[in-house]
Amino acid sequence: MIEVTLWAGLVPLADNQTTIIVEARTVRELLRKLQERYPGLEGPINNEVAVVVDGVIYRNDWSKELPEGTKVFLMRRLAGG
Amino acid sequence: MSFDAAFQNQNFKSVGTRPLRPDGVDKVTGRARYGADFNMPGQLVARVLRSPHAHARIVAIDTARAAAVKGVKAVITAADLPDLSNGDKALFNILDNCMARTKAMYDGHAVAAVAAIDEKAAKQAMKLIDVEYEVLPHVVDVDAATEPDAPILNDAVFTTGIDPAPTTASNVANRSEFGHGDVEAGFADADVIVERSYRTEQTHQGYIEPHACVASCNPDGTADLWVCTQGHFVFRQNCADLLGLEVSKLRVTSSEIGGGFGGKTHVWAEPVALALSRKAGRPVKLVMSRDEVFRASGPTSATSIDVKIGATKDGKITAATATLRYSNGPYADIWAELGAMTSFACYDLKNVKTVGFEVLVNRPKVAAYRAPSAPMAAFAVESAIDELAQKIGMDALDLRIRNAASEGTRSSYGPVYGPIGIGPTLEAAQAHPHMTAPLGTNQGRGMACGFWFNFGGQTCTDLNVNADGTVTLAVGTVDVGGSRASLSLVAAEELGIDYQDVKAVVADTGTLGYNDMTDGSRGTFSSSMATISAARNAIAVMRQRAALTWDIPVEDVYWEDGHAKAAGAKYGNLAPLSVKEIAAESGNTGGPIAGHSELVADGAGVSFATHICDVEVDPETGATSVIRYTVIQDAGKAVHPAYVEGQYQGGAAQGIGWALNEEYIYGEDGRLQNPGFLDYRIPVCSDLPMIDTQILEIPNPNHPYGVRGVGETSIVPPLAAIANAVSNAVGVRMSHIPMSPPRILAALSRQKGE
Repeated sequence: MIEVTLWAGLVPLADNQTTIIVEARTVRELLRKLQERYPGLEGPINNEVAVVVDGVIYRNDWSKELPEGTKVFLMRRLAGG
Repeated sequence: MSFDAAFQNQNFKSVGTRPLRPDGVDKVTGRARYGADFNMPGQLVARVLRSPHAHARIVAIDTARAAAVKGVKAVITAADLPDLSNGDKALFNILDNCMARTKAMYDGHAVAAVAAIDEKAAKQAMKLIDVEYEVLPHVVDVDAATEPDAPILNDAVFTTGIDPAPTTASNVANRSEFGHGDVEAGFADADVIVERSYRTEQTHQGYIEPHACVASCNPDGTADLWVCTQGHFVFRQNCADLLGLEVSKLRVTSSEIGGGFGGKTHVWAEPVALALSRKAGRPVKLVMSRDEVFRASGPTSATSIDVKIGATKDGKITAATATLRYSNGPYADIWAELGAMTSFACYDLKNVKTVGFEVLVNRPKVAAYRAPSAPMAAFAVESAIDELAQKIGMDALDLRIRNAASEGTRSSYGPVYGPIGIGPTLEAAQAHPHMTAPLGTNQGRGMACGFWFNFGGQTCTDLNVNADGTVTLAVGTVDVGGSRASLSLVAAEELGIDYQDVKAVVADTGTLGYNDMTDGSRGTFSSSMATISAARNAIAVMRQRAALTWDIPVEDVYWEDGHAKAAGAKYGNLAPLSVKEIAAESGNTGGPIAGHSELVADGAGVSFATHICDVEVDPETGATSVIRYTVIQDAGKAVHPAYVEGQYQGGAAQGIGWALNEEYIYGEDGRLQNPGFLDYRIPVCSDLPMIDTQILEIPNPNHPYGVRGVGETSIVPPLAAIANAVSNAVGVRMSHIPMSPPRILAALSRQKGE
């Protein structure tokens, strides 16, 4: 089981849940199951989301494996200079 | 991603050395080709007509008289750039910013453009474009724009992030919130509370090279664009989307770049040049003047920030809040949100809350500027931390160490940190002789910490081993900070050859797979990872070629010190084959030798820095001199230490200008008053001391060499470090950036009760 915490902007799109428990082995599976459960997340997940796994930010590597018990945080995809 | 990016803790021969930069001779002799140095036969000169009003409805545009001028080949308005955004708001905003459609939203907003055979004809035509404006009330101040009676920029903008959703339009486009714990309970536990409001004025990235491009739309539907950019693949996508081109038919070549700092991650003039070329049927060159660069491209946000921090007498922070209002220009973005995320990222806080408001104003569209939004937030927070330390009677550095985030800390923006480097930079500052050096009269010392996220991204690289054994490395990340030298070092390291035998080039969009932009401090981090991967793929090919040459199984060939070697005693009489020897035989062992890599370089890791600054303030004039400056930052592994030092020094230099002088000044009419380097003063060499640097090397576990991005974090602490130094020098808390001489004199007068 993976504990996913959403950034505040996503919470209203996920029935006002801040933390969600998902069974997933990779970031890709995690995002797919989140979209299935909360269709409102589809747009942000496709365009605006970065995934923080144990403190490290992943913007593209959806194949990143998620060991059991991993803490995941969905944050906004960033701009840089 | 099949490539194993884990840190390997290897010894280096090339990486970590300081060879001459490969682009150096061309740049100091004037041979380097920047955006404006490219020319095409038959090219036209483009000029852009810009709004003289801060906010005006475009009632009508008549281009007939301009089009009739001899030598004019095309005149365009928004009608020549039809809306193809298909509901994509972000794309529409880019389009509207490139050429105003129904309203001019700021002084300098493009409303029409001309392509002519020469400058004279273009300028004459510009005067003959008749634009009928209905001037509207404007607002340029970030706080004034949030007032109930402020003119509304966009009737379709309703503040998001608020429950219930508002029913009236607003200049506040979005509210974002971060944090955890119970801040009210935390403040109740505090012995001392500091609460103050801060302002920072709008600044420009100040890149020396203006935006410039040559666009050529061809009769067969293809198009070429030569442009100064931080990301030619992204520019290709943006321009293709805006002009309705197939991506494969638009080839974009990046020039040398005279600075970008985030301002060249956005298209401004390029779609206009392409539209002019499409209409004229000839190549079009468009070079923005400095005036245009200031008025119509790239500034960062002006901000207004409220900070409150409470702590116990022994220096433990019990609660912290920040409310951040960032100007966005006319189009909503995420600048305040980034400020809200980064505000307290350096600290381990039990109770913290930050709220960001994106504020629309009649100023140019805000663009990223080196660690975008973080310097202003750090200025406010680090100033308050300094004031808190003084109130408690504690050393400001000790207070920061007492509250610094570490592995396992839940960051103020949400995630829990892995191993991070804020502690080591603070400890290095504590041990640095700068901290204990004596100060003279009217001098003060300040310090501050800074945080930036850093990221990687999509990256594609080709490594070709030439027949003479030299190597050409083709990368897709634009070299804004010396990455060709760094990447050549990496290729030399992997292959075991001399740095001089590697030539790195930035490939165009037609010859290499997609690459994200050079932003987020990702250039060397990402492309070095891809270069390592490509080099290892090339080594695999060279092992096969050696095996063929020797007629032995490839499994018995290993790579060491730049040579293929046969393993085991049975091949003892086989002399190792060098890259040159293998390359010389390549024609008869299978043809050209190359290594390719495409990967996602994730795992950049967050970045921290600590800066120390000494200033001297002239109490009669209010002028500030920075007399000593030290930057301490973690590079993971400094591939080319001179370039890393250059990034640290460059960020500090820009921060010094921002802190002391740089400022967009608007008149009552909403027009920019200082769009030039005479009146908008960036620091020159004589304004700066030698900026000392200390590179920490705490390996990034997610890169084979331990590399971290270093380009952005160095601009985060300077505003606060200098503000703390000036405040300590004059005995007044300086809360408004820039601390120009008039502001310092005014603060001194207020202190004296004058």
